[in-house]
Amino acid sequence: MSGTENQMTGAEIVLQALRDNGVEHIFGYPGGAVLPIYDEIHQQDDIQHILVRHEQGAGHMAEGYARSTGKVGVMLVTSGPGATNAVTPLQDALMDSIPLVCISGQVPTPLIGSDAFQECDTVGITRPCTKHNWLVKDVNDLARIIHEAFRIAQSGRPGPVVVDIPKDVQFATGTYTPPSAVPTQKSYQPKKQGDLKKIEEAVELMRNARQPIIYSGGGVINSGPEASHLLRELVELTGFPITSTLMGLGAYPASGKAWLGMLGMHGTYEANMAMHDCDVMVCIGARFDDRITGRLNAFSPNSKKIHIDIDPSSINKNVRVDVPILGDVGTVLEDMVRLWRAASKSADKTRLSDWWETITKWRARNSLAYAPNDDVIMPQYAIQRLYELSKGRDTYITTEVGQHQMWAAQFFGFEQPNRWMTSGGLGTMGYGFPAAIGVQVAHPNSLVVDIAGDASIQMCIQEMSCAVQYGLPVKIFILNNQYMGMVRQWQQLLHGNRLSHSYTEAMPDFVKLAEAYGGVGIRCEKPSELDAAIRQMIDTPAPVIFDCRVANLANCFPMIPSGKAHNEMLLPDEATDEAVANAIDAKGRQLV
Amino acid sequence: MNAHLQPTGSAYFIAKETELAETHTLSVLVDNEPGVLARVIGLFSGRGYNIESLTVSETEHEAHLSRITIVTRGTPHVLDQIKNQLERLVPVHRVVDLTVRAAGLGHDRPIERELALVKVHGSGDHRVEALRLADAFRASVIDANIDHFVFEITGKPSKIEQFIAIMKPLGLIEVCRTGIAAMNRGPQGM
Repeated sequence: MSGTENQMTGAEIVLQALRDNGVEHIFGYPGGAVLPIYDEIHQQDDIQHILVRHEQGAGHMAEGYARSTGKVGVMLVTSGPGATNAVTPLQDALMDSIPLVCISGQVPTPLIGSDAFQECDTVGITRPCTKHNWLVKDVNDLARIIHEAFRIAQSGRPGPVVVDIPKDVQFATGTYTPPSAVPTQKSYQPKKQGDLKKIEEAVELMRNARQPIIYSGGGVINSGPEASHLLRELVELTGFPITSTLMGLGAYPASGKAWLGMLGMHGTYEANMAMHDCDVMVCIGARFDDRITGRLNAFSPNSKKIHIDIDPSSINKNVRVDVPILGDVGTVLEDMVRLWRAASKSADKTRLSDWWETITKWRARNSLAYAPNDDVIMPQYAIQRLYELSKGRDTYITTEVGQHQMWAAQFFGFEQPNRWMTSGGLGTMGYGFPAAIGVQVAHPNSLVVDIAGDASIQMCIQEMSCAVQYGLPVKIFILNNQYMGMVRQWQQLLHGNRLSHSYTEAMPDFVKLAEAYGGVGIRCEKPSELDAAIRQMIDTPAPVIFDCRVANLANCFPMIPSGKAHNEMLLPDEATDEAVANAIDAKGRQLV
Repeated sequence: MNAHLQPTGSAYFIAKETELAETHTLSVLVDNEPGVLARVIGLFSGRGYNIESLTVSETEHEAHLSRITIVTRGTPHVLDQIKNQLERLVPVHRVVDLTVRAAGLGHDRPIERELALVKVHGSGDHRVEALRLADAFRASVIDANIDHFVFEITGKPSKIEQFIAIMKPLGLIEVCRTGIAAMNRGPQGM
């Protein structure tokens, strides 16, 4: 490998480096500063480029692609506005730990700093919203940097990275270095193996627990399918109840007998009560986010806490834990399962029977109940029907952000990991539809549904054009209540029901909109017609916008109001207008 | 208006901080690459941590490693977070809390030194007094004219503070300080 053989232009190096890192699809939008790369894309067939309609869409597509495959998602944008439009998905990927490589064009090196056309300080702007970023000033560094970018994006706690490539570097000729020839960086070496002593300590705590709970998160899914498998094995062996964060749904099957449902602000009564009253909490790949903990000084006051996480800065950040275990969830669970098996001969499962009895009582509270209605479609009912009618299919669900997202998490049962894509940390409206397109690109024959709200969907609706262009039969299932439902619910809770700007007075005709883009539009207004309409949507081999007209003023319950503890939930049957109006006190109103 | 809420806190109430803030000196070994200082500083401002002093220079030329010395103030919990967050940055090789290390070694604190340039303008008695005090503080004269001195002084920050305070009535014009350079006592490296 010497001489002219591996001499290439910067643009050729980009394509070769992508191929050598196993990339098959990239999501992007051309522009002046990336034209040389687009010229290379045009002259090859190994990597398929998906042309988006807005760079934000490219980022969320790459995220959906990454989350549903476990691979790194790749996006390609031009300088200036191309890069600034990528900021939202980059921050989204950072908060939800999604491996993403964003390649951006930059003005030629001699023009950097001159306020050139479409110039922005991309590495400066993206520094706080990436794991790491690079400005490549020498074509001979380009291959090494791209290989490093892929390594950093997917190792340790995954996340987004940006490689900013000036246009003259794309034209310049330099040496291509294959991934195997690049020495790995010395500084960033995340630890996978957990400290065995700590794991032993954790197993000892778990063996003596009388009211234990497993609280799992997105880290289990990021760690790979084997981690989910081991989690199921651990639950089976220990007989512990398990709950999960929004990001962790699917790691343990919703049909499993130890499943308590999601926890947190809109989690089930049994999950939150069990978290509050437990004596040993095993947190696996979750980060004690504020939507989970409620009031921190009342969070699970009497428990010993075990925390498995690959990111040292997640440990003891919000909640102080007793047994921190630093390492990859899959690797640590393997040790934990092995140690449990070795030690469990004397463990007595009957010691948990009182705890399960209590949990059964909480379950009987039926905290997800809602009043059924024959005239209007209840949003919860719509999700339940979608779930029932898509059973047995190879289904992937994405969501936007708001009430529909919480209802989807509550009422759609996930049996497998990597089937549920939602913006948890950043809460990005507009995430779900492009994410669904990314999922569909990776799984062309699967049923991919974006459960959306009427407000969120309008934030990235332009990608309908992309879905139609590539024949991607993504289904958009809009729970249309004419409101920004979650905003309206909070205004009702916090601001005396003064609905400031949360009602959409000029709603587009979603059926006509679908048709205008070349897709299919379906509208459903009656519960009695819902099943047939959903079946029609599933059977349509094209992008569909499903305008599901639901009850306008339904609230999402149960809910832990701001500033309250897990055992102070607002349950649907207690949520009278008066209770809702007084649920949050003056101090709580200052919180988000 | 929300000043009573914790700055880096969650959306929910945070238990009242009962720990007291401490001043610690951190040593951070980083790759000397473009933007590395911006990453470190951005982390402090983005997460609401304090920087009281910051010193940086390449210390190992062949390996392109720089050593950043940061003096920061926070509760033990926040200081722990700062260390963990710094270690997460890709170009960061090592982070050592020199203050914690010093305590572990049985010392009061790490060795901390600073250099300052102090310009004083004056004549007559003031001028004589300034020179006499500079001598007492072991500050050296590195530039002088008939009506001014520039002193160079090194030492603990407290000594420099004291020297500057004394020079104030004697015609202090300007001060430039390097920030703290620090390491632990004893034979071991960081």
